[in-house]
Amino acid sequence: MIPEPKVVNTIINGDSKQILISERDSLLEALRDRIGMTGAKEGCNNGNCGACAVIMDGRLVNSCCVMAAEVEGAEIMTVEGLASRDELHPLQTEFLDNAALQCGICTPGFLMSSYALLQENPDPTEEEARFWLAGNLCRCTGYDKIIDSVLTVAKG
Amino acid sequence: MVATEKPQYKIIGTRPRRPDGVDKVTGRAQYGADIKLEGLLYGAVLRSPHAHALIKSIDTSKAEALDGVHAVITNSDLVGSGQTFQPTTAESIESGTYWQALEPGKASPRWAAENILAGPKVLYHGHAVAAVAADDVHIAQDALELIDVEYEILPHVVDVQDAMLEGAPILHPQLRTGVRAAGVDTRSDIETNLASHMRLESGDIEKGFAAADLTIEREFTSSQFHQGYLEPQNATAFWSHDGRINIWTSTQGSFMARDATADVLGVPVALVKVTPMEIGGGFGGKIPIYLEPMAAVLSKKSSRPVKMWMDREAVFQATGPTASSYSKVKIGVTNDGKITAAECLFVMGAGGFPGSPVGAGVQCALAPYKIDNQVIDGLDVVLNTPKTAAYRAPGAPATEYAVESVMDEIAEQLDMDPIDLRLVNVAEEGVRNSSGTPWPKIGAKDVLEAMKSHPHYLSELQGEDVGRGIAIGFWFNGGMESSSSARVNKDGSIALILGSVDIGGSRASISMQLAETLGVTYEQIAPQVTDTDSVGYTAVTGGSRTTFAGGWVVYELGQMIKAEMISRASKIWDVSGDEITYSDDGTVIGPDDADGNERVFSFNDLASKLQATGGLIAVSASSSHTTQGAAYGGHIVDLKVDRDTGKTEILRYTAVQDVGTAIHPDYVEGQIQGGIAQGVGMALNEEYYYDSDGHLMNGSFLDYRVPVANDLPMLDVEMVEVPNPGHPFGVRGVGEVPIVPPQPTIRNAVYDAIGVRFYHTPMSPRRVLDELL
Repeated sequence: MIPEPKVVNTIINGDSKQILISERDSLLEALRDRIGMTGAKEGCNNGNCGACAVIMDGRLVNSCCVMAAEVEGAEIMTVEGLASRDELHPLQTEFLDNAALQCGICTPGFLMSSYALLQENPDPTEEEARFWLAGNLCRCTGYDKIIDSVLTVAKG
Repeated sequence: MVATEKPQYKIIGTRPRRPDGVDKVTGRAQYGADIKLEGLLYGAVLRSPHAHALIKSIDTSKAEALDGVHAVITNSDLVGSGQTFQPTTAESIESGTYWQALEPGKASPRWAAENILAGPKVLYHGHAVAAVAADDVHIAQDALELIDVEYEILPHVVDVQDAMLEGAPILHPQLRTGVRAAGVDTRSDIETNLASHMRLESGDIEKGFAAADLTIEREFTSSQFHQGYLEPQNATAFWSHDGRINIWTSTQGSFMARDATADVLGVPVALVKVTPMEIGGGFGGKIPIYLEPMAAVLSKKSSRPVKMWMDREAVFQATGPTASSYSKVKIGVTNDGKITAAECLFVMGAGGFPGSPVGAGVQCALAPYKIDNQVIDGLDVVLNTPKTAAYRAPGAPATEYAVESVMDEIAEQLDMDPIDLRLVNVAEEGVRNSSGTPWPKIGAKDVLEAMKSHPHYLSELQGEDVGRGIAIGFWFNGGMESSSSARVNKDGSIALILGSVDIGGSRASISMQLAETLGVTYEQIAPQVTDTDSVGYTAVTGGSRTTFAGGWVVYELGQMIKAEMISRASKIWDVSGDEITYSDDGTVIGPDDADGNERVFSFNDLASKLQATGGLIAVSASSSHTTQGAAYGGHIVDLKVDRDTGKTEILRYTAVQDVGTAIHPDYVEGQIQGGIAQGVGMALNEEYYYDSDGHLMNGSFLDYRVPVANDLPMLDVEMVEVPNPGHPFGVRGVGEVPIVPPQPTIRNAVYDAIGVRFYHTPMSPRRVLDELL
């Protein structure tokens, strides 16, 4: 039997959203397949890779490991909400100027994790940045330019 | 950066933003799985729980009856929808007609089709058996559980050496391959898992070994490694009632995907259009097709567009990892280090169907050196593991690892500096390679000299259980066909259409070469990757060929645009084109007019007059150049081995590489750093684990575990530029070389640290502890 659809009310990047979900949907599936917000990526669907990272009520989460039904009343920030209307977030600018992406599929997750890191620890050491970002996999860059970019933004 | 004979460029060597960058940092870029279409269905795939089994029957009726399910397919739907070949049956296996199209070493469309959806047999754990399209992905997965498959389990073999033993389980009963190589002797009239044998030989190895003062022979093995791209394979297809098939997919080669899909479905190529979406990594693994024909046939059955993507476990189980390998390398040297002979045997596991990268590995193995007497044998072996795909310098990491490891032992026994030993033997222009072809200008010696004088190599290494190692690596780099077209707009901006999928910045590196050719700004060029109906044939983004071949094509487009700009100026000024020059900064200069006034147009001024003088300029070009530049890289590592945990920590890493010309140095560095990281994974912890039933036990990122940010230090890159004389801007190709040296570099350093020589990669903590305890 196909489960009855269910409505969840949430705020995404500042906008109120009602999402019609299946009870079996993860937050990632709700974002991608129900409302077409495909900035968060599926790399593993089990919390190993960080490509789907978003911020939920101020906390960094892998959206593939959050049930869509759990976000009732929650505030979600995704990579689509990182830039302001007029300009990119400094992390986005630095990732671009420092070539911190190659294929770019891990980039939304890295940006959200880096944003969360700098909220929590505005001036991390290289080691702190590497440990914080160890939950985000990148197979293209060897992490060098990503870490460098995050540290550069932290230093202002 | 060390540069030789480098011209002064305006754009090449700068580091502009990539044209696709903003979309990728704002989440707007559309990757394959991001596509949205009206009426979209979602697909899922049923996979084999067994490593080797006959499929006795498949009953899909219960799945078809499930509410929300629109189509279910098996292999018979796939091959039955085309005319290229008939479905394989138990009878055709029995009679031998199953293999009638088989040519040794040549991929058959039947193999491709039966890898996509199993025929009468499943050949590895995770082999696709059936597929479903449904209203959402959960329903599709529910339906898989309702498909009844009756299997007859067969004995299996997953180890490349076991697969060659007499009495080993046979994967393909009709396969016959006669081999007489070092230590292998198989008649051509018996069942075998050997799929092909290749040999390269030159000189007289007996004489060569007789002249040696020291001969070392060692055996090596390596595990299977996966490319580990972050984006799983995906495909979306719509098969229209008029027979046209639209496919949106993440592929390294849109034309390859189109042609292979048409072959498997048995439809004319012209009816298939592939739109390459942004691609989330590939490293060779997204050259083969998997989901495209399944999505197409599910679409045909349901009359709806169907989107499919693999879960991560399926990616590990059923897409191409690299080959596991067994190598035997024997090298003889004189007391002053000169190599007198080399004899090598390389065996690689192809997976369920023939076609490992052993051929490329054989040709790369001894490429850094001048060796007059050599024999190299390569064997391709089928076994019950996923069909291998290319993985960054396919074949080379395993063969060069074995050679570079023996070289390290030779250096130790001769008490020579390991770089000096390599310099004594280094290949140079004119030296014949293992295939008998003389090298053009190559930078192997430049790389070794830059390593020797590098501050890292000259620094002192201190501490307990720390070690330093070096090794050199080689890759051919690719040429092959590329196509592009360009339109000059009325304001001088240029729309550039590319056939090459952009996997790591090629829109930038190719646009830069067009800007350099025309003397215009990088920002004036708006590049776009397009579908297979809208540009000429273009081979895969792979083989480190894209910036080389794409650069060649835009250089040719640039010459066409220059000629047309001169012709328009000639019309406007009413002077002969011979009197007009196109200068490096894009200005078009004619002879002074009758009054002695200068006649000159900037590129943009002349562009504004194009419509009035015959229309805007639109040019296209396709070309295939075989002048790609082979390249070498040498790595230096300092590391520390923890004797309690067996874990090896990389303390400092330096890569020196001949990059030809660095078009966009940031992306060149990035390629090299990424290659190092993957090579470190191969050296220290990545590997496929199978249980005794041939099940892959670690099909997740948690258990396979690619290197994460805190496994690595900053990765230093020293670019040596020995321009490729076969390219207008000296491009060689850079992406693959850096994955070759890490395994032997780290292996040699581990010995320096703890005095243990390893003969298997990865040197995982468990294996290190086994040696230490």
